[in-house]
Amino acid sequence: MTGNCGVQRVADLKTTFLGIESPNPFWLASAPPTDKAYNVNRAFEAGWGGVVWKTLGEDGPPIVNVSGPRYSALHSNERRVIGFNNIELITDRPLQTNLDEIRQVKRDWPDRAMVVSVMLPMNEKAWADNLPRIEDTGADAFELNFGCPHGMSERGMGAAVGQVPEYIQMATEWAKKASSIPVIVKLTPNVANILPPAKAALDGGADAVSLINTINSIMGVNHDTLTMYPTTDGMGTHGGYCGEAVKPIALNMVAEIARSPATRGLPISGIGGVTDWRDAVDFLALGASNVQVCTAAMVYGFKIVDDLVDGLSTFLDDKGISLDQLVGKAVPSVTDWQYLNLNYVEKAVIDQDLCIKCGRCHVVCEDTSHQAITHTVDGERRFEVIDEECVGCNLCVSICPVDSCITMKQTSGDSDPKLNWTAHPNNPMRNTD
Amino acid sequence: MTAESAQPDVRPRRLSKDEIEANFADLHPPLSRSEALIEADRCYFCYDAPCTTACPTGIDIPSFIQKIRSDNIQGSARTILRENIMGGMCARVCPTEVLCEEACVRNTHEEKPVEIGLLQRYATDPIIDARTQLFPRAEASGKRVAVVGGGPAGLSCAHRLAVLGHEVVIFNRDEKPGGLNEYGIAAYKTVDDFAQIEIDYILGVGGIEVRHSCALGEDVQLPELVDEFDAVFLGIGLGQPNDLGIEGEDKDGVINAIDYIAALRQADDKSRMPIGKTVVVIGGGMTAIDIAVQSRHLGARQVHMVYRRGPEKMSASVFEQALAQTSGVTIHHRAPPKRIIGDDHVTGVEFETDDGTFVLYADMVFKAIGQQMEGIGDIAMENGRIVVDDGHRTSLAHVWAGGDCVIGGDDLTVSAVQHGKLAAIDIDRQLRGAKSG
Repeated sequence: MTGNCGVQRVADLKTTFLGIESPNPFWLASAPPTDKAYNVNRAFEAGWGGVVWKTLGEDGPPIVNVSGPRYSALHSNERRVIGFNNIELITDRPLQTNLDEIRQVKRDWPDRAMVVSVMLPMNEKAWADNLPRIEDTGADAFELNFGCPHGMSERGMGAAVGQVPEYIQMATEWAKKASSIPVIVKLTPNVANILPPAKAALDGGADAVSLINTINSIMGVNHDTLTMYPTTDGMGTHGGYCGEAVKPIALNMVAEIARSPATRGLPISGIGGVTDWRDAVDFLALGASNVQVCTAAMVYGFKIVDDLVDGLSTFLDDKGISLDQLVGKAVPSVTDWQYLNLNYVEKAVIDQDLCIKCGRCHVVCEDTSHQAITHTVDGERRFEVIDEECVGCNLCVSICPVDSCITMKQTSGDSDPKLNWTAHPNNPMRNTD
Repeated sequence: MTAESAQPDVRPRRLSKDEIEANFADLHPPLSRSEALIEADRCYFCYDAPCTTACPTGIDIPSFIQKIRSDNIQGSARTILRENIMGGMCARVCPTEVLCEEACVRNTHEEKPVEIGLLQRYATDPIIDARTQLFPRAEASGKRVAVVGGGPAGLSCAHRLAVLGHEVVIFNRDEKPGGLNEYGIAAYKTVDDFAQIEIDYILGVGGIEVRHSCALGEDVQLPELVDEFDAVFLGIGLGQPNDLGIEGEDKDGVINAIDYIAALRQADDKSRMPIGKTVVVIGGGMTAIDIAVQSRHLGARQVHMVYRRGPEKMSASVFEQALAQTSGVTIHHRAPPKRIIGDDHVTGVEFETDDGTFVLYADMVFKAIGQQMEGIGDIAMENGRIVVDDGHRTSLAHVWAGGDCVIGGDDLTVSAVQHGKLAAIDIDRQLRGAKSG
């Protein structure tokens, strides 16, 4: 303790992203929670650092949403929401109503980030006409919605743009030309490789990218009617998948952009399944400068920001690092498979004091892996790793129900020569230098 | 006042009918669907699961729980009933705390096992209620088997034999089938006439005829059965309750617990059962617990359960002992009874201990110190029970036996079901002429 009367230091989470300040790096993503002033005011009262206002479209007859189910969820047996899906479109309120509310909210909450999501047709005039009008509200930045995978994409917008790098670049250029505030390009994950769209955004002049938008998905089949689920009057359509289950997909895409020479340095706003502060640490360490959240708020309400803020502060305190120092910290550890050290060896070790003898490690190793865990030792039910058979695959660690009961222990020496695939004798294409 | 001068106070309606009904409601209410799904999620799906090993009938417990998780209730029930056709009753009466749930690895992890008994009830109740038959009968073998005894062992044996294609006649001593399931188990463990519903379900398989009020040695003789049938299974339970062998045992108000429990189970209105103001139960097993708890539930002011040895020797499980204590029963250890006090009617019991004797007032005394069996012809017996081999064959040709009447019988429904099942499998093998060990 350093003379502060025992009060713990709490790390400052104040974030500057593209010059936009917010009291913490947690923004609500463009989605139903940011549809109108009522919700956004509640979010700011709860402590969210910023919002990306739900996507605005061209002025004109408002968008029409379905009035049947717009959402459905993938549940655990305890009905915890693991994954979530929606078929809602962009805002269905008049443009002027949104603009008035954005202006008022930004005035009321000057310390919070106010980014406005937009989706416009693929002609330059639409961008030139609309963006200045929106910018006039005092908004801090634009986020270009090139990701919405349903409905709008059928009309040549959203993911229909985001899946074609040339369109991304073109629209980004139009947006940059028509505005004086930063432009963030929101990327769709419904592509084979995230790098070309990210590069296109960069080339178009984007100040940052945000990712991921939702993933094309069908949640299931109604077993009574044997129709897809959910349906609107008996028919359904794919929706956008999000929530905890998509986080690993999002992390990979974020890391790819963060480490690729072509896109490295492009600021990233991370999105995809952030539910608690640990998820945020993952995104930040893999190169995102802040994170956006939607599903967790839609599942638990705005109050979850308290754990996000508190947990991240405590984590940074414990690590003794600042938020800036955390950003990108894990990026250097991401590489291609061919560069992994094939001389490095780990073996599983089972802590017999923690083992509850469920036998799951044995049966999965026996049935699906390398027959490297015993079932019986000296006539007793006992699960031990057979080192000669263990290939260090981590399956047992992954499925053991007891935290820290099975761990991986390095058995190769730290000073052993390293050898990766590029130089491996079994590789006919090996580097022979 | 001394025990000698006390006036006995035994009467019905110590509590209102509503109070009695509440007291005899389901001990463990069934799980709702959401409760069952949450509980099922706690199962780790262990390999070579310790719970299955601990189950006398070897039910594949992780599999039946997995099927609950996937809403495959019929499949779950099939997994249970395949090994234990009385899975519904066992879900209610098994001392799971010393069987499957004691073995659950969750005990090591968090000292709270998966509620296997309640999950088993969740899976089996709807199937039994709907009388959904899950096991089609094999092609008729043309063989006939006599099953003596309509209790768990006999019914289990009969059902398995029927499924295997044989015709079965059950010779049942009582007016109703079920044996101790109907006449012995505490009323709060099996409410709403579940025993008869389950028997209906079991007999619903077809091929089983039941002859009631037909006692072995009286209405029917073993040699006749051996002559008439291709095989005979004895699931006759135990006979007369043991006597205390002490002074005053013949006084009014000194009652065999199993007789009273049977009368209570059959009573339409339990509030009409006369019960003493002060009740002394002698014994340390499940029957002693059952009568002590039910005495309290009927309105007895004070109930003492007195066991001659220490707590470690009691055959009632720790859970059952705790149940008695939370029901207001006082348990005394290391106190064998010395004499029953009273004129015509009991008024007290004197016990011996290491540090002298003591007397408990008693308006009623229940004896719950086990039962014994009389020999049947020249069938081989040991310690008062029938000797059987692994296939449950007795020393007599064509005669099998199981349940409480055999060596290894342990007063548990689940064990009796297993004996009946094993015997049926062995009988089938024998009748089909397969070579057997």
